[in-house]
Amino acid sequence: MFDNDELVQLVTETGQRLNHPEFSGYIDDIGIDAVRALYEDLVVVRRIDSEATALQRQGELGLWAPLLGQEAAQVGSARALHSEDFVFASYREHGVAYCRNVDPTHMLRFWRGSTHSGWNPYEYRMTTPAIIVGAQALHATGYAMGMQFDGTDGATITYFGDGATSQGDISEAFGFAASFNAPVVFFCQNNQWAISEPVSVQSRVSIATRGRGFGVPSVRVDGNDVLAVIAVTRAALARAREGSGPTLIEAVTYRMGPHTTSDDPTRYRSAALDEEWRLKDPLDRIRALLESADAIDDSYLAAVQQKADDTAAALRRGCLETVEPKPMSLFDNVYAESHSLIDDERRQFAEYLDSFEGTDA
Amino acid sequence: MSTDQSTTTPTILPLGKALNAGLRRALENDPKVVLMGEDIGKLGGVFRITDGLQKDFGPIRVIDTPLAESGIIGTAVGLAMRGYRPVCEIQFDGFIYPGFDQIVSQVAKLHYRTSGNVKMPITIRVPYGGGIGAIEHHSESPEGYFAATAGLRVVTCSNASDAHSMIQQAIASDDPVLFFEPKRRYWEKGPIASDAASTPLHKARVLTRGSDATLLAYGPLVMTALQSAKVAADEGRSIEVIDLRSISPLDIDTVAESVRRTGRLIIAHEAPVFLGIGAEIAARINERCFYHLEAPVARVGGFTIPYPPAKLEEYFLPDVDRILDAVDRTFTA
Repeated sequence: MFDNDELVQLVTETGQRLNHPEFSGYIDDIGIDAVRALYEDLVVVRRIDSEATALQRQGELGLWAPLLGQEAAQVGSARALHSEDFVFASYREHGVAYCRNVDPTHMLRFWRGSTHSGWNPYEYRMTTPAIIVGAQALHATGYAMGMQFDGTDGATITYFGDGATSQGDISEAFGFAASFNAPVVFFCQNNQWAISEPVSVQSRVSIATRGRGFGVPSVRVDGNDVLAVIAVTRAALARAREGSGPTLIEAVTYRMGPHTTSDDPTRYRSAALDEEWRLKDPLDRIRALLESADAIDDSYLAAVQQKADDTAAALRRGCLETVEPKPMSLFDNVYAESHSLIDDERRQFAEYLDSFEGTDA
Repeated sequence: MSTDQSTTTPTILPLGKALNAGLRRALENDPKVVLMGEDIGKLGGVFRITDGLQKDFGPIRVIDTPLAESGIIGTAVGLAMRGYRPVCEIQFDGFIYPGFDQIVSQVAKLHYRTSGNVKMPITIRVPYGGGIGAIEHHSESPEGYFAATAGLRVVTCSNASDAHSMIQQAIASDDPVLFFEPKRRYWEKGPIASDAASTPLHKARVLTRGSDATLLAYGPLVMTALQSAKVAADEGRSIEVIDLRSISPLDIDTVAESVRRTGRLIIAHEAPVFLGIGAEIAARINERCFYHLEAPVARVGGFTIPYPPAKLEEYFLPDVDRILDAVDRTFTA
């Protein structure tokens, strides 16, 4: 099941459920109520994203990396995790963070420039944004090696994009994970674009093929099909837990928005291509499934929208109420133990600030 | 060479074997200590620093890794997050650069980047420096790159006793430590002080008292500095030799105290003088001891060239004559 490039799909673009001989069994427990909950996740996550984008446009955030179009890949994979698993994220995984119960307000602090990390990674068992592309895959592999040494049945999952697969660290992570049979799931969101470069610039073969070359069993999944993503991620996690080692998942999706709020996709891709993928919108697909199952009505939709709007309102309120760091916090946490150079500079800077009247250091 | 006092007869070991003994103690004392690197298992490392450790502690505590420095450091980051204390061996100084990004962007910064939530108790051992007639990329002194990176601690031992104690202190630190080992001194024997942590990790040590000039060195050049001081003494000059031991943080207090007494400072290191550790020390001594200086601070080190072929390294590396030439400059200024 991890040895070919078939695109695993469990829900068609028109909302029909498909049977897959190997993967359907992994979502047998997901009935219509669970699908309704997933649809709510998708809507809320998209709403968080649009509100954050708006806050950036209004000058409240320095930057934002929108996840528009990648909601199913993120929600599906995150909902497959156990609480004790550990997530090593890139910088676009707001949907994963939401599913890990991170307060959306805390997600913004990084992008606002108030802190380098909005939450304690150990509290949610998810790392904060990692900007150096691909580096976190090695961290996930090392952590997974530690889980294996400790004899737990936990696993790690690490998120990265198609562009990251060109980084040496991703190749080294595949190599280490395969050698040590580490319980790690490599989750590549192939969103077709690394800023302006199409995936064809990164690789002449599928991303999944690259994993297999390292001896990492690999699967391609329709990343806009939330049920298929849950199924393949559960299958990969099951392999990790049973001691079968790493798996690479290539979730084929599309970055419907810009790379970040500083990007301008009209310079490098066509409206026709965007439109082609708009028709594969991951939210529309689940909505169609719910409609065909007659499991959706106006009151449900209104409740979902209310939850999304409430989340967005709390997000905005939290962002505007952010308590900004004080100047003297510059020197905090450079080292875990005291360091004479930092101590000297801290003291000198404090004296300098004190030389001004009314400084709140 | 050491001012440490010990009541029992000290064990005499070569520096390399003292490191091995220190690593063994760290492995015994803390089950979370794991050693990682290329060829460190059955082979015991190309310099045999980890000789016998995999046999005694097993392949999970002493891990032969794939040949990928970024991978070694990057997986060590994950293990550290999991609660382990990885000790990574980089086979040679010139091989550290593939791991540079993980060291500078991740190991150094994760504690800061996570507001102190994630600690990085990682020790990165680097055999460094020249003098062994090696081919290229095997003789470099890259300590300056790491000392310039906030979040890292950078230390270097010069003798067997320090090798034994400092490696244990580095491993016990909750911060990442770049541990530079003077590879051409691996076979120099010395006594091992029984009380391991007698000197704090980041403290410089005055090795010989003197009144005319202070000669500061670290790592492989400490022995050369001691030899230089002896020759200078024959010529009637009293040289105080200091082993810096720690590059980040710098123990500038010990250096400044000495310079205030001697009025002269000569700094020797194998790394090129340009933007070397000596430049930072000279600037700080200038700030702190300007009115005590009888002469400008002198620096002696490698030239601003890539490390040369082995047949030329004797001209590149500061030796007794070049160090004494620098000492002379401080008396004729």
